[in-house]
Order: sequence, then C-alpha cells, then structure tokens
Amino acid sequence: MFQYVVKRVLSIIGMLILISVSVFALFFAVPADPARLTCGKNCTPAIIEANRHALGYDKPIVVQYFDFMKGLVSERDFPDDPVIAKNSPQSITHCPAPCLGYSATQGQLVSTMIKQAFPITASIAVGAFVLWLVGGIGIGVLSALKRGSILERGLVGASLVAYSLPTFFIGLLLLDIVSIKYGLAPPAGYTPFVDDPVAWAKGMILPWITLAMVFAALYVRLTRANMLETLSEDYIRTARAKGVPEWAVIVRHAMRAALTPIVTIAGLDLGGVLAGAAITETVFNLNGIGKTGVYAIQQLDLPVIVAVVLLSAFVIVLFNFLVDLLYAFLDPRVTL
Amino acid sequence: MSEQARHLLEVDDLEVHFPTADGLVRAVDGLTFSLEPGRTLGIVGESGSGKSVTSQAILGLHRGTPAKVSGRIRFDGVELLDLPIKDLRRLRGNDISMIFQDPLSALHPYYSVGKQIAEAYRVHHSVSRRQALARAEEMLELVGIPNAGRRVHEYPHQFSGGMRQRAMIAMALVNDPRLLIADEPTTALDVTVQAQILELMKKLQREFGSAIIIITHDLGVVADIADDVLVMYAGHAVEQGAVNEVFYQPDMPYTWGLLSSMPRIGSPRGQRLATIAGSPPSLIRPPSGCRFHPRCAYRGLVEGDACVTTPPRLVAGGADHRARCHLEPGARERVRLQLSTIDSVGER
Amino acid sequence: MTEPLLRVTGLRKHFPTKGGLLSRNRSVVKAVDGVSLEVAGGETVGLVGESGCGKSTTGRTMLRALEPTSGRIEFDGRDITGVGREELRKLRREMQMIFQDPFSSLNPRHTVGTILAAPFEIQGIKAPNGVKAAVRDLLSRVGLSPEHYNRYPHEFSGGQRQRIGIARALAVQPRLIVCDEPVSALDVSIQAEIINLLQDIQAETGIAYVFVAHDLSVVRHISDRVAVMYLGKVMESATSDELYERPLHPYTNALLSAAPLPDPVQQRAREKIVLQGDLPSPSDPPSGCVFRTRCPMAQQVCAEVTPAYAEHSPGHWVACHFPEDEQLAA
Repeated sequence: MFQYVVKRVLSIIGMLILISVSVFALFFAVPADPARLTCGKNCTPAIIEANRHALGYDKPIVVQYFDFMKGLVSERDFPDDPVIAKNSPQSITHCPAPCLGYSATQGQLVSTMIKQAFPITASIAVGAFVLWLVGGIGIGVLSALKRGSILERGLVGASLVAYSLPTFFIGLLLLDIVSIKYGLAPPAGYTPFVDDPVAWAKGMILPWITLAMVFAALYVRLTRANMLETLSEDYIRTARAKGVPEWAVIVRHAMRAALTPIVTIAGLDLGGVLAGAAITETVFNLNGIGKTGVYAIQQLDLPVIVAVVLLSAFVIVLFNFLVDLLYAFLDPRVTL
Repeated sequence: MSEQARHLLEVDDLEVHFPTADGLVRAVDGLTFSLEPGRTLGIVGESGSGKSVTSQAILGLHRGTPAKVSGRIRFDGVELLDLPIKDLRRLRGNDISMIFQDPLSALHPYYSVGKQIAEAYRVHHSVSRRQALARAEEMLELVGIPNAGRRVHEYPHQFSGGMRQRAMIAMALVNDPRLLIADEPTTALDVTVQAQILELMKKLQREFGSAIIIITHDLGVVADIADDVLVMYAGHAVEQGAVNEVFYQPDMPYTWGLLSSMPRIGSPRGQRLATIAGSPPSLIRPPSGCRFHPRCAYRGLVEGDACVTTPPRLVAGGADHRARCHLEPGARERVRLQLSTIDSVGER
Repeated sequence: MTEPLLRVTGLRKHFPTKGGLLSRNRSVVKAVDGVSLEVAGGETVGLVGESGCGKSTTGRTMLRALEPTSGRIEFDGRDITGVGREELRKLRREMQMIFQDPFSSLNPRHTVGTILAAPFEIQGIKAPNGVKAAVRDLLSRVGLSPEHYNRYPHEFSGGQRQRIGIARALAVQPRLIVCDEPVSALDVSIQAEIINLLQDIQAETGIAYVFVAHDLSVVRHISDRVAVMYLGKVMESATSDELYERPLHPYTNALLSAAPLPDPVQQRAREKIVLQGDLPSPSDPPSGCVFRTRCPMAQQVCAEVTPAYAEHSPGHWVACHFPEDEQLAA
C-alpha cells in the first residue's frame, strides 16, 4: 500500500514534468510570434524586439524552461532584466514562489489569475457533479427497476436526447429561454460562496444544469446497464432467497455492486470538469480555468497556457489516483 | 412416524412457463411430488429438464418476472403460490433455505462472508449486529471452517471453492430451516471436496433434522445422499420413488438410459456405453403423447400409437414407486433383465 | 517393449506469476513439475486429477501447444522438444487436440464445411475425391449428417459441436489426439455417445489418445493406462484395472473413494476416505511429498524427503513412502 502510493506520487511528478516539457516544445513549434502580438498595427521591429526581450522570449527555450521550473521553488521578477530594474523599478513585477509566471497580455501574475479562476471552475464543477450524480444515478436506478414500462422508455429516451445535444446548445438554450425570455433564473455570474451563498447558488444554477445535463445522460445509461446486469446476478437471487426485503435487496445488494464501478467514472469526470469546463464557462461568460485557458491560447500567452495545462493535468492525474485508492477501499477484491 | 404424517412440502401440478420471442417455454409442466420432514429427495435430470426452475419456484423467486407459475405448492399446509410476498419472505431463508451451484457467484463479492451470514440471521431475528456476527462465526465453525473467528471477516474471493460452499451451507442453516434446497451444490467442486460437502450435509441433516431437496445431474450423488428420487424429463416427473426402487427396479426407458449410459468404476471395462438417441426435446413445442417417445428405443414394444398420441400418466408400479410409461409391466421386467444395471441387482 | 509413440521425460511447465516492477516476491506456479509418461501407438492413457493438478497443462505441453520449461518430448522416437515452427506445423499432422468447449474453438462465422476444410488446406493434404467429399466423409464418420456441411457452429447442440471438434482433429489423420476434458460439459447420455465415438474411431484407425479428465469413472472406462496427478506431479500410474483394483497411493485411494457410485447400496456401504483441507497453492507446494498436507498416512519423513516415482510392481508406478499394501487396499 505505502509502496503503491510512493510509486504513484513519483509517476505523477514525472508525468507533470513531461507535460510541461511538451507544452514548451509545442508552444515554440507554433509558427506564430508572441512578441508580434504585443503591439498593434504601428509596430516596428525594434519595438517587437524590445518586447521580446522584456517577455524573455529571446532566451533559448531550454533556459526559459529552467527559469520557469526555478520559479516554482524560488521567486522571480518580471521582466528579469537588471537594466530595467535599475532604470524603472516600478515596472518590475515581483512574483513570489511558487511562481507560475507573469502574463504580459493581462498584466497580472499567473498565480493571481489562477487564484481567481479556480474557485469559479470549482463552483461550477462541484455543483454540477452533485446534480448529475444524483439525477443520473437516481434516474438510472429507477429506469432499471421499472424495466419495460412507459416510464423507463421515457426516461431512457430523454437521456438519449440530452446526451446527443452539444453543451453549448443546451447552455445557450437555457440562457436564452429560461433566463432572458422568461426570467425564471438569474443570469449566470460568480459571487464567492463565503460572501453570499444564496447569490452564489443563484449565479451558478444555469451552468450547473447545463453541465449536469450532458453528464447525467451518460450516467443514466451507465447506471441502468450496471443495475440490470447486477439484478440478474446469482447473489441477488441469494439475497432474495434469504428473505431480505426487496428494498434492501436493491439498496444493499444491487446498488452496492452496480454503483461501485461508477465511482471510478464519476471521479475521473469530476477531475475532468475541475480541470476546466471551457464550453460552459464561455457560454455563461464565467472566467474559470477553462475560459482563461482558451483566451490564453488565443493570445499566445505562454505562461498562462503552461499554468493552465499543468493545473488541469495535475487535477486529472490526482483524481485518477484518488479514484484508484477509493476503488481499492470499495472493492475488497482489489489490492494495491 | 404417525400414520397421518403430514407432508412438509406438497407440489401439485406445478407449471412454470416463460414467455419468449419464440413462444412459451414450458420449463416445468405438470410436476407433482411431496416430501416428508427429515427426508432427502434427489431430483435428477439433464440440462433443461426443469429441475432448477422447480427449486426456484418453491421459494417464489419467479415473482416479479414475466414467468407464469401455476399449480399448488404447499409448505406445512400453507399455500405458497398466492401467499402475500411479506409472508413468503418470512419463510425464505428461515423455514426454507437454499444453496446454489456456484458459491462464488452466489455470494456477494463486496461483503464479508460473516456479514452475509449475519444478514440472513438478522432478517429473521431481532438481534444486534454483534450478536448476529457471533452467530455467523458459530455457524462457520459448525460447517468445519478452521479459524472461523478470523475467516468470518474475510471475503468470498479469499475462500476456496469448498470453503465457499461450506459458507453457503452455514448461511442456509443459520435459521435452522425445515427444508433445505440444494441446487447442484457440488457440481462446481472437485470430487474430494464434493465428498466433504456431501458428508457435511448428511451430518447436519442428522443434527438439524431438516428435509433436503438435492438437485443434481449426478446419479452418484443421489445414490449417496437421497432417500427418494424424482427423475425429471422435459418439465415433469417421469419416474419417482424410493432410491433403491428407482436404482434397482427402474421402470421406464429414460431412467434405463440414464443409469446405463454412466460408465461405472465397478463394471467391466471396454464395453460400449448405452446411449439415449436424439437430443432433449423443445420445451416450446414438446413432443405429443409421451414426451420421451422420439428418443425411446422401446416404443416398438407398445401396441398401437399410444406413445405418440396419449401422454402416459404417472402410475404406481410398487408401494413407493411411480413411472410414466405405456409399456406393460411384463415388458418392463423383461427389458430390465436385459440391462446391465439390473445385473447388479441380481447379485445383491 | 517397442518404442512408444510419445514419451515425455521430466516435463516441467512453470508459469511466472505477475508481479509489479517494484515487487520483489515474484514466484512461479509449478503447473507441471517433472512428469514422465509414455503413450504407445493405439492406446489410451488417462490423465486424471482435480482442478489445478496440471493435467490439462501437461496435455498441452506434450503437444508443444505450450512451451515446456524443461524436460524432453519424443514423438515416434524423435526428440521434438526443440523443433522449430515449420517442423512443429508438420508435426500437427500427427498430433491433434480436442477441447472441453469446442464452441469457443470453432469460428462462429465459418460454416462447418469451411472449418473442416481448413486442416486440408493448411497441411496440404490431398483428398482424392476433392476436399468437399473428404469433409462430408468426416462428418459421417463422427455421426453427423453430410447435410450439416453448410451450417454454422451455433446451430449445433453441445454434443454435436464436440463431434465437429473431433472431425476437425481427425481431418489430418493424426496418430495421437490429446482430449482435454472432452465430455465434462455434456449431459450423461450425450457423454456416453462421445465416449463411444472416440472408442469406435480408435478401433477403426488405431489412433492413440491422451484422455485428460477429472471424472474417474469416465477415465477408467476409456483408458488402457491411467496416471493420477496431484499438484503438477504424477502420483501413481498403472493399467486401468490395476489402478482401480489395487491403488497404492493414498491420494488415488481417496479419489476413488470420493467418486460416488451410482448404486445406493454399494455407495452407502463402502468405507469412505474423506480428505481434509484444500489443495495447497501450486506456487508454494509443500516440502517433501506434495500430498502430505492432506494425506491420512503422512509421517515425518514425508515432509523431509520427496518420494521417488518408482516401479512398485511391473507396470505399476507410484510416488509414495508408504504405498498401501495389496491386503490393505482390497
């Protein structure tokens, strides 16, 4: 067990290093010049070069990479140029460790941006997760138990429709009809939970529904299939033969077995949306991790891209790891 | 036993039919038998004869499925087929319990063996979890599982096949049932483990006095453990009676075929085995008349076409012996004398 | 004695158990651990034992369907332990195999005709009247109708599928067939038909069988000689009648006593030896004699010294420190 955890942690670290290298390599392979984007139409090569220097893009990639890695453990200054530091110290931004870099386009430290964006994404993700888990599993179990009924066909059909609709379409539909046309829900917006939980929930309700609908549909199908399979297992017959009441057969015996594999998928999906729900965030104009990442890519904002990709990757591998641990805990047949 | 010994279990004209896309599958079709307290009935038959379906019908396990069950099943005078599910549940696992062929799939993989036995106990007794678990441990010890105190916390996958079946038996007997139904309890086990399990069942029957229905395709198992035998073919009984009657005076061609197609350790080697021509009949459109007639080698001994047109009834051939066949008793006697299985009767 | 058709000497097949990169305690499962066996032309040798005793692995390894870890396999006087793929393909004409579940070894998309024609093409066997006629002939030899030519495997019952499996093995006119639990999944009446068929084919062609099964009465019925296996080793071997009438090894005795006889009076009257406990793990077999942990006669020496597999009386081999005397076994 301990050996397993050490092994996994080491492999996560290795993977993150590998990802950071690839992001750097990919970034410089793109035939676009980030320095060129820093000034508008009236650009001279001299300004571009000066900006390139100020941004640090004139250094070799390897040096840039090691500067970035060093920043994770020690502080950095932007721009990192003793001449500028001496002439105009007010234009220097200090970046305390762990330093993820400085976004020239945003004029902000990347860590500040992430700190602002992550709670938004986390709010969307966690709320939607609860919604889709409860809805998806509830409807899935119900449709398995009512197999062959009109209710089942309706539920399965509806989930199929929801599953086939693209996220942005659901989002826009909700925004347009529910919020704007009939005013049934407030437009999406982020209020920190600690400031005003009610406003937080109100502002999040549409993104939650949007994101949850897509996932819930998948969970309905998964849960239904798992439940049907489990209900035909011999041990369900054993439970009934023991005289166990039907509700307990379903909850203690069938659901216990049918839902355990879903834990894995749920954990991975939660990790996935925590890493950024780009489409939902964009539709509802919420500055979460996903939208920040999309914008950074449009702007060729390397420090932000690297940070977002690394954060996303970290969240995903972390959840992968947690799910494996949880699964070993839930399924006695699995040993680590 | 008193003269008016009440049957513990009476099954009367039981039918279990499953609607399918191809038509109605008559898995059990007019089965009648009874069982006395403390006795062991062996139900034998090949795959698809309806023996497992019968055992599940007794516990009402077809309820809530599309299967159509009709006829009468009386347990200790109580009609089970139209008993409210609440009352039936009080019988399940308490008065009538069951063990299954494959103990690995019949035990829940996510709960410890002890918890599963304790659950069977707690469903019918208001005791604390701890008391129930202590009872489970006691039962594991009773069925011969070493280190029961430790193993009670282990999971089914940590048990060997034989140990799992012991645990299943412990679970089935935890409420001291009056009837134990064992559906192919040793089929998945090795022969030395099978011997252990059969010995255990016999020992526990002596202690608990439960009646047992053992369902199997292995005539050796029946010969070992059963008092009475019921031979099933195509959904109903073709022969039934006391074990010695059926083994030494088998009274109809299917039983003859079953008994003589088995290679025996004691019989001379090298001779050809008797076979039963053809294959098991369709349960959707069973053969007319006697269901065994398309495979029967002795049809020619019956005058006319009774075998094809008229279903034979179960007719008593001895005090404790009935068979379903149009053959005259004299003709049956002559065939029996020809068959090698009967030779051993002569020696006896 | 003439040269046997197949002779295996000291055959071993060890499977490494999977262990992670960092896990130190890698172990091997000794599925077959030093089996020596001879099969004469035209005879049937039964391999019997309980699950996990290595009987199937032995059957497969001696055809080189599995690569032996060590040991020597001779076919028709020739060492085939190390022959290459091309040679092995040629050897398949001589040695074939049939399985417990023929359905999983029959391609569901091919008709029976195609399945049975394949061996002719692969082995380049000439059929004087054409492959199609040869296949029809095969079908009728195994008791199927030539009209079955265009049907698919799923249209057949379990017994008929086993007949197809036998026909496929027979197509190349082999001299040896390893039958791996060929009747275990079948109902008794069907089982009897398949056993009769195998015996008829043997009487007709003089083929040799290695018959792997767990059912003692079936093995006795069909085999000339029987080897009893336990935890990868042969415990005892003798002619069928000798083995069943005068078993020397306590394990053979226990096996025989455990198999229930379909005769109520005999079955209830006889004395039964019920073995205690379970099969030990084949990755960690007991020291000395592998059977000692369950043996009713085990002594101190059984844990210390591995009993030699030796000829106790002519043709009757046993690996036991205390083989039961004839008087005792009677």
